Amino acid sequence: MTLFFETLAAFIGTIAFSLIFGVPSKYYPYCGFIGGIGWLVYMLLLKGLTEPSAALAATIVVILLSRTFAVRKRCPVTIFLISGIFPLVPGAGVYWTAYYIVTGDMTRASQSGYLALKVAVAIVLGIVFVFELPQGFFRFAAKKINRPIRKGKTR
Amino acid sequence: MDSGNNQLVKKTPKEQREILNAAMQAGHILLENGAEIFRVEETMDRICWHFDIESGSSFVLSNGIFTTAGSGREEIFAKVQHIPVGTTHLERVTAVNQLSREMIEKSLTLDEVKDRLDEIQVMPGKPNIHKILASGVGSACFCYLFGGNGTDSMATFFTGLILYWYVLYISKPHLSKLVGNIGGGALITILCAVFFQFGFGDHLNYMIIGAIMPLVPGVAFTNSIRDIVDGDYIAGSVRMLDALLVFFCIAMGVGLVYSVFQQITGGFLL
Repeated sequence: MTLFFETLAAFIGTIAFSLIFGVPSKYYPYCGFIGGIGWLVYMLLLKGLTEPSAALAATIVVILLSRTFAVRKRCPVTIFLISGIFPLVPGAGVYWTAYYIVTGDMTRASQSGYLALKVAVAIVLGIVFVFELPQGFFRFAAKKINRPIRKGKTR
Repeated sequence: MDSGNNQLVKKTPKEQREILNAAMQAGHILLENGAEIFRVEETMDRICWHFDIESGSSFVLSNGIFTTAGSGREEIFAKVQHIPVGTTHLERVTAVNQLSREMIEKSLTLDEVKDRLDEIQVMPGKPNIHKILASGVGSACFCYLFGGNGTDSMATFFTGLILYWYVLYISKPHLSKLVGNIGGGALITILCAVFFQFGFGDHLNYMIIGAIMPLVPGVAFTNSIRDIVDGDYIAGSVRMLDALLVFFCIAMGVGLVYSVFQQITGGFLL
Protein backbone atom coordinates (compact mmCIF):
# COMPACT_ATOMS: atom_id res chain seq x y z
CA MET A 1 0.00 0.00 0.00
CA THR A 2 2.88 2.33 0.82
CA LEU A 3 4.25 1.54 -2.61
CA PHE A 4 0.99 2.67 -4.17
CA PHE A 5 1.05 5.99 -2.33
CA GLU A 6 4.70 6.47 -3.18
CA THR A 7 4.03 5.87 -6.86
CA LEU A 8 1.16 8.35 -6.63
CA ALA A 9 3.48 10.88 -4.96
CA ALA A 10 6.07 10.35 -7.72
CA PHE A 11 3.29 10.84 -10.30
CA ILE A 12 2.13 14.14 -8.79
CA GLY A 13 5.66 15.32 -7.98
CA THR A 14 6.80 14.72 -11.55
CA ILE A 15 3.85 16.68 -12.91
CA ALA A 16 4.65 19.54 -10.54
CA PHE A 17 8.21 19.71 -11.84
CA SER A 18 7.16 19.45 -15.46
CA LEU A 19 5.02 22.55 -14.84
CA ILE A 20 8.10 24.37 -13.54
CA PHE A 21 10.06 23.36 -16.67
CA GLY A 22 7.25 24.66 -18.89
CA VAL A 23 6.16 21.36 -20.42
CA PRO A 24 2.94 21.91 -22.43
CA SER A 25 0.02 20.90 -20.21
CA LYS A 26 -1.33 18.24 -22.58
CA TYR A 27 1.77 16.14 -21.84
CA TYR A 28 1.46 16.25 -18.02
CA PRO A 29 -0.19 12.81 -17.68
CA TYR A 30 2.59 11.18 -19.72
CA CYS A 31 5.33 12.88 -17.68
CA GLY A 32 3.60 11.84 -14.47
CA PHE A 33 3.17 8.28 -15.71
CA ILE A 34 6.85 7.99 -16.61
CA GLY A 35 7.93 9.44 -13.26
CA GLY A 36 5.60 7.11 -11.36
CA ILE A 37 6.67 3.99 -13.25
CA GLY A 38 10.34 4.93 -12.87
CA TRP A 39 9.95 5.17 -9.11
CA LEU A 40 7.90 1.96 -8.92
CA VAL A 41 10.58 0.01 -10.80
CA TYR A 42 13.29 1.57 -8.64
CA MET A 43 11.55 0.65 -5.37
CA LEU A 44 10.67 -2.88 -6.49
CA LEU A 45 14.22 -3.60 -7.62
CA LEU A 46 15.68 -2.07 -4.46
CA LYS A 47 14.37 -5.08 -2.55
CA GLY A 48 16.91 -7.31 -4.26
CA LEU A 49 19.52 -5.03 -5.85
CA THR A 50 21.89 -2.26 -4.77
CA GLU A 51 20.87 1.35 -5.32
CA PRO A 52 23.02 1.95 -8.42
CA SER A 53 21.72 -1.18 -10.17
CA ALA A 54 18.13 -0.30 -9.34
CA ALA A 55 18.72 3.25 -10.59
CA LEU A 56 20.23 1.88 -13.82
CA ALA A 57 17.24 -0.37 -14.47
CA ALA A 58 14.75 2.36 -13.59
CA THR A 59 16.56 4.84 -15.87
CA ILE A 60 16.41 2.37 -18.74
CA VAL A 61 12.66 1.94 -18.23
CA VAL A 62 12.16 5.71 -17.99
CA ILE A 63 14.06 6.40 -21.21
CA LEU A 64 12.45 3.57 -23.16
CA LEU A 65 9.06 4.99 -22.18
CA SER A 66 10.16 8.56 -22.95
CA ARG A 67 11.35 7.66 -26.41
CA THR A 68 8.21 5.66 -27.10
CA PHE A 69 5.98 8.56 -26.09
CA ALA A 70 8.15 11.00 -28.03
CA VAL A 71 7.64 9.03 -31.24
CA ARG A 72 3.98 8.50 -30.46
CA LYS A 73 3.28 12.17 -29.71
CA ARG A 74 5.82 13.52 -32.24
CA CYS A 75 7.55 15.88 -29.85
CA PRO A 76 11.07 16.25 -28.39
CA VAL A 77 12.03 13.45 -26.04
CA THR A 78 13.48 16.03 -23.66
CA ILE A 79 10.12 16.95 -22.20
CA PHE A 80 9.42 13.41 -20.99
CA LEU A 81 12.99 12.54 -20.15
CA ILE A 82 13.81 15.49 -17.91
CA SER A 83 10.62 15.22 -15.87
CA GLY A 84 10.66 11.43 -15.69
CA ILE A 85 14.24 11.17 -14.53
CA PHE A 86 13.71 13.63 -11.71
CA PRO A 87 12.73 11.16 -8.97
CA LEU A 88 15.92 9.18 -9.66
CA VAL A 89 18.46 12.04 -9.56
CA PRO A 90 20.40 11.58 -6.30
CA GLY A 91 19.39 14.81 -4.57
CA ALA A 92 19.05 12.93 -1.29
CA GLY A 93 22.56 11.51 -1.60
CA VAL A 94 24.00 14.99 -2.00
CA TYR A 95 22.09 16.11 1.09
CA TRP A 96 23.31 13.22 3.25
CA THR A 97 26.89 13.86 2.15
CA ALA A 98 26.67 17.51 3.22
CA TYR A 99 24.97 16.48 6.45
CA TYR A 100 27.63 13.96 7.44
CA ILE A 101 30.46 16.32 6.51
CA VAL A 102 29.01 18.97 8.81
CA THR A 103 28.43 16.52 11.65
CA GLY A 104 32.03 15.38 11.26
CA ASP A 105 31.21 11.80 10.34
CA MET A 106 33.70 11.45 7.50
CA THR A 107 33.24 7.71 7.03
CA ARG A 108 29.54 8.01 6.35
CA ALA A 109 30.07 11.22 4.38
CA SER A 110 32.38 9.48 1.94
CA GLN A 111 30.06 6.48 1.83
CA SER A 112 27.02 8.50 0.88
CA GLY A 113 28.99 10.76 -1.46
CA TYR A 114 30.37 7.72 -3.23
CA LEU A 115 26.90 6.18 -3.43
CA ALA A 116 25.43 9.39 -4.91
CA LEU A 117 28.21 9.35 -7.50
CA LYS A 118 27.53 5.71 -8.35
CA VAL A 119 23.82 6.41 -8.78
CA ALA A 120 24.65 9.37 -11.03
CA VAL A 121 26.96 7.18 -13.13
CA ALA A 122 24.23 4.52 -13.34
CA ILE A 123 21.80 7.13 -14.66
CA VAL A 124 24.42 8.27 -17.19
CA LEU A 125 24.95 4.69 -18.36
CA GLY A 126 21.20 4.16 -18.68
CA ILE A 127 20.85 7.28 -20.82
CA VAL A 128 23.85 6.32 -22.97
CA PHE A 129 22.66 2.77 -23.60
CA VAL A 130 19.08 3.53 -24.50
CA PHE A 131 19.96 6.45 -26.77
CA GLU A 132 22.18 4.10 -28.76
CA LEU A 133 19.08 2.22 -29.91
CA PRO A 134 18.20 3.29 -33.44
CA GLN A 135 15.12 5.44 -33.92
CA GLY A 136 13.54 2.71 -36.04
CA PHE A 137 13.29 0.55 -32.93
CA PHE A 138 10.56 2.86 -31.68
CA ARG A 139 8.62 2.99 -34.92
CA PHE A 140 6.04 0.58 -33.51
CA ALA A 141 4.81 3.46 -31.36
CA ALA A 142 4.23 5.82 -34.26
CA LYS A 143 0.67 6.65 -35.18
CA LYS A 144 -0.35 5.15 -38.46
CA ILE A 145 -0.16 8.02 -40.89
CA ASN A 146 0.47 8.08 -44.60
CA ARG A 147 4.22 8.55 -44.45
CA PRO A 148 6.88 6.99 -42.26
CA ILE A 149 8.30 8.97 -39.37
CA ARG A 150 11.34 10.95 -40.37
CA LYS A 151 14.53 9.85 -38.80
CA GLY A 152 16.26 11.88 -36.15
CA LYS A 153 13.88 14.65 -35.20
CA THR A 154 11.94 12.79 -32.56
CA ARG A 155 15.02 11.90 -30.58
CA MET B 1 22.01 26.66 -64.89
CA ASP B 2 18.57 25.55 -65.91
CA SER B 3 16.04 28.10 -64.78
CA GLY B 4 13.28 25.47 -64.93
CA ASN B 5 14.78 23.65 -61.98
CA ASN B 6 13.32 25.17 -58.85
CA GLN B 7 16.30 24.02 -56.76
CA LEU B 8 18.68 26.24 -58.60
CA VAL B 9 16.76 29.50 -58.71
CA LYS B 10 19.24 32.02 -57.50
CA LYS B 11 18.26 33.85 -54.35
CA THR B 12 19.00 37.48 -53.80
CA PRO B 13 21.49 38.24 -51.04
CA LYS B 14 18.68 39.82 -49.02
CA GLU B 15 16.61 36.65 -49.16
CA GLN B 16 19.57 34.59 -48.15
CA ARG B 17 20.26 36.82 -45.20
CA GLU B 18 16.66 36.53 -44.08
CA ILE B 19 16.73 32.75 -44.30
CA LEU B 20 19.89 32.56 -42.24
CA ASN B 21 18.47 35.02 -39.74
CA ALA B 22 15.37 32.86 -39.38
CA ALA B 23 17.57 29.81 -38.82
CA MET B 24 19.51 31.76 -36.23
CA GLN B 25 16.34 32.82 -34.46
CA ALA B 26 15.09 29.23 -34.31
CA GLY B 27 18.44 28.12 -32.92
CA HIS B 28 18.37 30.94 -30.39
CA ILE B 29 14.93 29.96 -29.09
CA LEU B 30 15.88 26.30 -28.83
CA LEU B 31 19.19 26.84 -27.09
CA GLU B 32 17.86 29.42 -24.67
CA ASN B 33 15.00 27.25 -23.51
CA GLY B 34 16.82 24.04 -22.78
CA ALA B 35 17.16 22.01 -25.98
CA GLU B 36 20.10 19.72 -26.70
CA ILE B 37 22.90 20.97 -28.99
CA PHE B 38 22.20 18.39 -31.66
CA ARG B 39 18.56 19.51 -31.91
CA VAL B 40 19.64 23.13 -32.34
CA GLU B 41 22.10 22.25 -35.11
CA GLU B 42 19.68 19.95 -36.87
CA THR B 43 16.83 22.46 -36.83
CA MET B 44 19.06 25.21 -38.20
CA ASP B 45 20.33 22.93 -40.96
CA ARG B 46 16.78 21.94 -41.81
CA ILE B 47 15.69 25.55 -42.21
CA CYS B 48 18.69 26.27 -44.44
CA TRP B 49 18.09 23.21 -46.56
CA HIS B 50 14.37 23.76 -46.82
CA PHE B 51 14.95 27.20 -48.29
CA ASP B 52 17.73 25.96 -50.57
CA ILE B 53 20.76 27.39 -48.86
CA GLU B 54 23.33 24.71 -49.41
CA SER B 55 26.42 26.25 -47.92
CA GLY B 56 24.94 27.08 -44.52
CA SER B 57 26.75 25.65 -41.56
CA SER B 58 26.47 26.31 -37.89
CA PHE B 59 28.50 25.65 -34.79
CA VAL B 60 26.65 25.63 -31.50
CA LEU B 61 28.07 25.91 -28.01
CA SER B 62 26.18 25.90 -24.77
CA ASN B 63 25.85 29.69 -24.81
CA GLY B 64 26.50 30.81 -28.35
CA ILE B 65 25.74 30.09 -31.98
CA PHE B 66 28.04 30.71 -34.94
CA THR B 67 26.52 30.56 -38.40
CA THR B 68 28.17 31.09 -41.71
CA ALA B 69 27.24 30.61 -45.33
CA GLY B 70 28.94 31.40 -48.58
CA SER B 71 30.15 29.65 -51.67
CA GLY B 72 30.81 30.51 -55.27
CA ARG B 73 27.08 30.64 -55.87
CA GLU B 74 25.83 32.02 -52.59
CA GLU B 75 26.36 35.23 -50.72
CA ILE B 76 28.79 35.25 -47.84
CA PHE B 77 27.04 35.50 -44.50
CA ALA B 78 28.37 35.21 -40.98
CA LYS B 79 26.76 35.81 -37.64
CA VAL B 80 27.69 35.12 -34.05
CA GLN B 81 25.15 35.30 -31.30
CA HIS B 82 25.75 35.06 -27.60
CA ILE B 83 22.88 33.36 -25.82
CA PRO B 84 22.80 33.60 -22.06
CA VAL B 85 21.42 30.53 -20.35
CA GLY B 86 17.77 31.29 -19.68
CA THR B 87 15.11 29.50 -17.72
CA THR B 88 14.03 26.17 -19.12
CA HIS B 89 10.83 26.53 -21.06
CA LEU B 90 10.18 23.28 -22.86
CA GLU B 91 6.94 24.48 -24.41
CA ARG B 92 8.94 26.71 -26.74
CA VAL B 93 11.27 23.85 -27.64
CA THR B 94 8.25 21.73 -28.50
CA ALA B 95 6.76 24.55 -30.57
CA VAL B 96 9.92 25.08 -32.64
CA ASN B 97 10.18 21.34 -33.14
CA GLN B 98 6.59 21.25 -34.36
CA LEU B 99 7.26 24.21 -36.65
CA SER B 100 10.28 22.53 -38.21
CA ARG B 101 8.15 19.45 -38.93
CA GLU B 102 5.31 21.45 -40.43
CA MET B 103 7.71 23.57 -42.45
CA ILE B 104 8.76 20.49 -44.40
CA GLU B 105 5.42 18.67 -44.49
CA LYS B 106 3.35 21.69 -45.51
CA SER B 107 6.11 23.61 -47.33
CA LEU B 108 5.68 26.79 -45.32
CA THR B 109 7.05 29.99 -46.82
CA LEU B 110 9.80 32.00 -45.21
CA ASP B 111 7.40 34.68 -43.99
CA GLU B 112 5.17 32.10 -42.35
CA VAL B 113 8.14 30.55 -40.59
CA LYS B 114 9.35 33.96 -39.40
CA ASP B 115 5.92 34.90 -38.07
CA ARG B 116 5.63 31.61 -36.21
CA LEU B 117 9.12 32.06 -34.73
CA ASP B 118 8.22 35.54 -33.52
CA GLU B 119 5.09 34.14 -31.89
CA ILE B 120 7.05 31.37 -30.21
CA GLN B 121 9.65 33.78 -28.91
CA VAL B 122 7.07 35.69 -26.88
CA MET B 123 5.01 32.66 -25.90
CA PRO B 124 4.06 33.28 -22.28
CA GLY B 125 5.33 30.92 -19.63
CA LYS B 126 3.25 29.56 -16.81
CA PRO B 127 2.19 32.28 -14.35
CA ASN B 128 4.56 32.62 -11.43
CA ILE B 129 1.87 31.69 -8.93
CA HIS B 130 1.42 28.33 -10.66
CA LYS B 131 5.15 27.72 -10.53
CA ILE B 132 5.25 28.56 -6.83
CA LEU B 133 2.36 26.21 -6.10
CA ALA B 134 3.94 23.48 -8.22
CA SER B 135 7.18 23.88 -6.31
CA GLY B 136 5.29 23.43 -3.04
CA VAL B 137 3.40 20.37 -4.25
CA GLY B 138 6.51 18.85 -5.83
CA SER B 139 8.57 19.36 -2.67
CA ALA B 140 5.85 17.80 -0.52
CA CYS B 141 5.60 14.78 -2.84
CA PHE B 142 9.33 14.20 -2.88
CA CYS B 143 9.53 14.61 0.89
CA TYR B 144 6.99 11.79 1.17
CA LEU B 145 8.88 9.70 -1.42
CA PHE B 146 12.14 9.90 0.48
CA GLY B 147 10.58 8.78 3.76
CA GLY B 148 8.74 11.71 5.35
CA ASN B 149 5.25 11.42 6.84
CA GLY B 150 2.17 13.60 6.33
CA THR B 151 3.21 16.37 8.73
CA ASP B 152 6.68 16.54 7.18
CA SER B 153 5.11 16.88 3.75
CA MET B 154 2.87 19.72 4.93
CA ALA B 155 5.85 21.61 6.33
CA THR B 156 7.80 20.93 3.13
CA PHE B 157 4.89 22.24 1.09
CA PHE B 158 5.20 25.64 2.78
CA THR B 159 8.99 25.57 2.50
CA GLY B 160 8.65 24.82 -1.22
CA LEU B 161 6.33 27.80 -1.68
CA ILE B 162 8.67 30.22 0.07
CA LEU B 163 11.71 28.77 -1.70
CA TYR B 164 10.28 29.31 -5.15
CA TRP B 165 9.15 32.80 -4.27
CA TYR B 166 12.80 33.41 -3.36
CA VAL B 167 13.99 31.81 -6.61
CA LEU B 168 11.66 33.87 -8.81
CA TYR B 169 11.89 37.27 -7.14
CA ILE B 170 15.30 37.38 -5.45
CA SER B 171 17.66 34.71 -6.71
CA LYS B 172 17.04 34.81 -10.48
CA PRO B 173 16.85 38.58 -11.05
CA HIS B 174 19.43 39.76 -8.52
CA LEU B 175 21.90 37.04 -7.56
CA SER B 176 24.55 35.09 -9.42
CA LYS B 177 23.91 31.40 -9.88
CA LEU B 178 26.37 30.34 -7.21
CA VAL B 179 25.24 32.73 -4.51
CA GLY B 180 21.61 32.18 -5.43
CA ASN B 181 21.89 28.44 -4.89
CA ILE B 182 23.90 28.71 -1.70
CA GLY B 183 21.20 31.10 -0.47
CA GLY B 184 18.48 28.70 -1.58
CA GLY B 185 20.04 25.79 0.29
CA ALA B 186 20.48 27.98 3.37
CA LEU B 187 16.92 29.31 3.21
CA ILE B 188 15.50 25.77 3.02
CA THR B 189 17.53 24.63 6.00
CA ILE B 190 16.55 27.63 8.10
CA LEU B 191 12.85 27.29 7.27
CA CYS B 192 12.79 23.54 7.86
CA ALA B 193 14.72 23.92 11.12
CA VAL B 194 12.27 26.57 12.33
CA PHE B 195 9.24 24.41 11.43
CA PHE B 196 10.94 21.45 13.08
CA GLN B 197 11.62 23.40 16.27
CA PHE B 198 7.96 24.35 16.57
CA GLY B 199 6.97 20.73 16.21
CA PHE B 200 5.68 21.14 12.66
CA GLY B 201 7.32 18.11 11.06
CA ASP B 202 9.00 15.11 12.62
CA HIS B 203 11.98 14.35 10.38
CA LEU B 204 14.16 17.35 9.62
CA ASN B 205 16.29 15.41 7.12
CA TYR B 206 13.44 14.28 4.91
CA MET B 207 11.91 17.74 5.00
CA ILE B 208 15.13 19.29 3.72
CA ILE B 209 15.62 16.59 1.06
CA GLY B 210 12.13 17.22 -0.30
CA ALA B 211 12.51 20.98 -0.27
CA ILE B 212 15.86 20.81 -2.11
CA MET B 213 14.30 19.18 -5.16
CA PRO B 214 13.15 22.38 -6.94
CA LEU B 215 16.77 23.58 -6.90
CA VAL B 216 18.28 20.34 -8.20
CA PRO B 217 19.65 20.96 -11.72
CA GLY B 218 17.87 18.08 -13.45
CA VAL B 219 17.76 19.79 -16.85
CA ALA B 220 21.44 20.73 -16.94
CA PHE B 221 22.44 17.26 -15.75
CA THR B 222 20.31 15.35 -18.26
CA ASN B 223 21.16 17.64 -21.18
CA SER B 224 24.88 17.51 -20.45
CA ILE B 225 24.85 13.73 -20.66
CA ARG B 226 22.87 13.80 -23.89
CA ASP B 227 25.29 16.34 -25.38
CA ILE B 228 28.33 14.27 -24.44
CA VAL B 229 26.72 11.15 -25.91
CA ASP B 230 26.10 13.05 -29.13
CA GLY B 231 29.77 14.07 -29.23
CA ASP B 232 29.24 17.74 -28.31
CA TYR B 233 31.92 17.59 -25.65
CA ILE B 234 32.43 21.29 -25.09
CA ALA B 235 28.77 22.13 -24.55
CA GLY B 236 28.29 18.92 -22.60
CA SER B 237 31.13 19.56 -20.21
CA VAL B 238 30.06 23.17 -19.66
CA ARG B 239 26.57 22.03 -18.77
CA MET B 240 27.94 19.23 -16.58
CA LEU B 241 30.09 21.75 -14.74
CA ASP B 242 27.01 23.90 -14.32
CA ALA B 243 25.04 20.99 -12.83
CA LEU B 244 27.85 19.95 -10.50
CA LEU B 245 28.39 23.51 -9.29
CA VAL B 246 24.71 23.89 -8.50
CA PHE B 247 24.69 20.57 -6.62
CA PHE B 248 27.76 21.70 -4.73
CA CYS B 249 26.29 25.11 -3.89
CA ILE B 250 23.07 23.63 -2.54
CA ALA B 251 25.11 21.33 -0.33
CA MET B 252 27.20 24.33 0.77
CA GLY B 253 24.11 26.30 1.72
CA VAL B 254 22.67 23.44 3.75
CA GLY B 255 26.01 22.70 5.39
CA LEU B 256 26.63 26.34 6.24
CA VAL B 257 23.38 26.75 8.12
CA TYR B 258 23.85 23.42 9.87
CA SER B 259 27.27 24.42 11.14
CA VAL B 260 26.00 27.79 12.33
CA PHE B 261 23.14 26.14 14.21
CA GLN B 262 25.57 23.68 15.69
CA GLN B 263 27.85 26.48 16.87
CA ILE B 264 25.04 28.46 18.44
CA THR B 265 23.09 25.70 20.08
CA GLY B 266 25.69 23.03 20.74
CA GLY B 267 24.06 20.63 18.32
CA PHE B 268 20.47 20.43 19.46
CA LEU B 269 19.31 19.98 15.90
CA LEU B 270 21.62 17.25 14.89
